[in-house]
Amino acid sequence: MAVLVIAEHHHGALSDATHKVVTAAAKFGGDVDLLVAGEHAAEVVPAAAKVSGVRKVLKAEGESLRKQTGESMEALVVPLMANYDAVFIAASTTGKNIAPRIAARLDVMQLSEIIDVVDSSTFTRPIYAGNAIMTVKSSDAKKVITVRGTAFEAAGNEGSASVEDVAAPEGPFKSEFVSEEMVKSDRPELTGAKRVVSGGRALGSADEFNRLIVPLADKLGAAVGASRAAVDAGYAPNDYQVGQTGKIVAPELYIAIGISGAIQHLAGMKDSKIIVAINKDEEAPIFQVADYGLVADLFNAVPELTEAL
Amino acid sequence: MKVLVPVKRVIDYNVKVRVKPDKTGVDLANVKMSMNPFDEISVEEAVRMKEAGTVTEIVVVSVGPQQAQETLRTALAMGADRGILIKTDATVEPLGVAKLLAKVVADESPDLVILGKQAIDDDSNQTGQMLAALLDWPQGTFAFKLEKDGDKLKVTREVDGGLQTVSLTLPAIVTVDLRLNEPRYASLPNIMKAKKKEIVEKTPEEYGVDISPRLTVVTVTEPPVRQAGEKVEDVATLVSKLKTAGAV
Ligand SMILES: Cc1cc2nc3c(=O)[nH]c(=O)nc-3n(C[C@H](O)[C@H](O)[C@H](O)COP(=O)(O)OP(=O)(O)OC[C@H]3O[C@@H](n4cnc5c(N)ncnc54)[C@H](O)[C@@H]3O)c2cc1C
Ligand SMILES: Nc1ncnc2c1ncn2[C@@H]1O[C@H](COP(=O)(O)O)[C@@H](O)[C@H]1O
Repeated sequence: MAVLVIAEHHHGALSDATHKVVTAAAKFGGDVDLLVAGEHAAEVVPAAAKVSGVRKVLKAEGESLRKQTGESMEALVVPLMANYDAVFIAASTTGKNIAPRIAARLDVMQLSEIIDVVDSSTFTRPIYAGNAIMTVKSSDAKKVITVRGTAFEAAGNEGSASVEDVAAPEGPFKSEFVSEEMVKSDRPELTGAKRVVSGGRALGSADEFNRLIVPLADKLGAAVGASRAAVDAGYAPNDYQVGQTGKIVAPELYIAIGISGAIQHLAGMKDSKIIVAINKDEEAPIFQVADYGLVADLFNAVPELTEAL
Repeated sequence: MKVLVPVKRVIDYNVKVRVKPDKTGVDLANVKMSMNPFDEISVEEAVRMKEAGTVTEIVVVSVGPQQAQETLRTALAMGADRGILIKTDATVEPLGVAKLLAKVVADESPDLVILGKQAIDDDSNQTGQMLAALLDWPQGTFAFKLEKDGDKLKVTREVDGGLQTVSLTLPAIVTVDLRLNEPRYASLPNIMKAKKKEIVEKTPEEYGVDISPRLTVVTVTEPPVRQAGEKVEDVATLVSKLKTAGAV
């Protein structure tokens, strides 16, 4: 058996999510190869070759793969699948964009956001915003899988894989990259952060969000998250949203500030090790999952907390 | 432009889901069902494009039981023109739905298909991308903003780290994210008008699509329940507890 893992990388750095996907792939069994495609692929290869358990790194560089569009990645990966029993990729926005195209082309049903590999055809995944956990058996010959990173440990860096070049697919494709606006931040990446401080609707404005949430996060070396309500209202960027339809986090410490704790929000953070909630409503559902709950007005409590740390 | 909007009938997002004691699935008896919230956003976007004059006709389609008709009616009341119900009591997986939608696309020849990014029951996030692959069409997933640009469609996408804009050659697939728009509530007169709009009923067999599932459910279980911890009386206590727990 052999598994292809599609690596995720940004600005020449291999993302930690890839190490977690490799762990999931190893649990599936067989040889694990790592595909590094797109912009800066060559810079990523040395780190990719070191990931423990990887047999071979496939490097694919080319203008058509620059931004890993769904169309170009489908064209790259589908022919490679002749040699593999499964393809694994992180359940990031990139993975979610690409994987179903590959699955449809292979005429197989994808398994989305798995949290466990039971055996080579049986997988576990959350449904209904994590209110139920489903174990399913796939009858398809090949498996296309996206992996929830928080459910797997990261593979180590003791490997020494060989490296092989793969030709980039010929364009042109019917979709073209135009531009991107990335949020620049020195804070840790949300899904991999050890600590997360999230703010909700109660913050009331972007100014207050930045005045109260950000300094606390900085003090803790934490990533900043938000509820959907806070994002919708423009207090925080879109990709700060934690929840069922946003990012899934499981840090050692999660501090929810002025967040009620709707099931959609809980879906994204209830696997955190320690949860702290600050909310002025003692009945707020967030307290049902909080290890430490502080019933207080956040406008007093948060500056006090930041000061005390 | 003609637009096709697939809408799914799902458990209402406010309902607390219960796993059945026999672990075969979740209890859907007597629970409130609604249109998948992302699909309301798709319908809204199509209606706004029609109001702006870029779209001439909106066809909505649902794969599901007879009651999915109500979901189609809701979409018609929001401003869609006509509906197609592909009736089945079976659970149809995203791959099956995508294959059925590919047939509808072949019949209807839309310029654009707008889907939700994810159904909030199966949380799959697959159908739109699968349909795009089956049709060999370009895709703009997790749309934050759509702009018609000659014979192209510019889609600004919500991606990890920020926003990305792609340009798609039509016909194309779009899947929508939460920030694209705020869906309207249908007015009473529009609800009345929607009753007269056409809904055609079809079956998967009529389309010649094999929808038999590829995945067999082994078990459906409750997630581990997290116990509520303690309430602390002030910030100082909170800090000392966190220090003791080694969290800060
Ligand atoms: C399809 C769909 C997908 C969704 N996906 C997500 C998702 O991924 N993530 C997500 O978060 N939500 C999601 N939601 C939204 C979710 O249902 C809730 O609406 C949202 O989480 C509420 O955000 P909130 O807790 O910030 O706001 P609210 O529910 O309004 O809560 C604000 C809280 O602040 C407290 N408060 C007010 N003032 C103060 C003060 N001065 N000091 C202290 N506390 C105060 C209040 O007591 C209240 O508990 C989704 C909804 C739908 C329909
Ligand atoms: N049974 C269905 N009928 C109509 N549309 C569907 C159906 N299932 C999925 N879809 C569409 O595909 C989107 C994504 O669903 P999923 O891939 O299941 O998460 C939904 O938001 C709908 O637009």
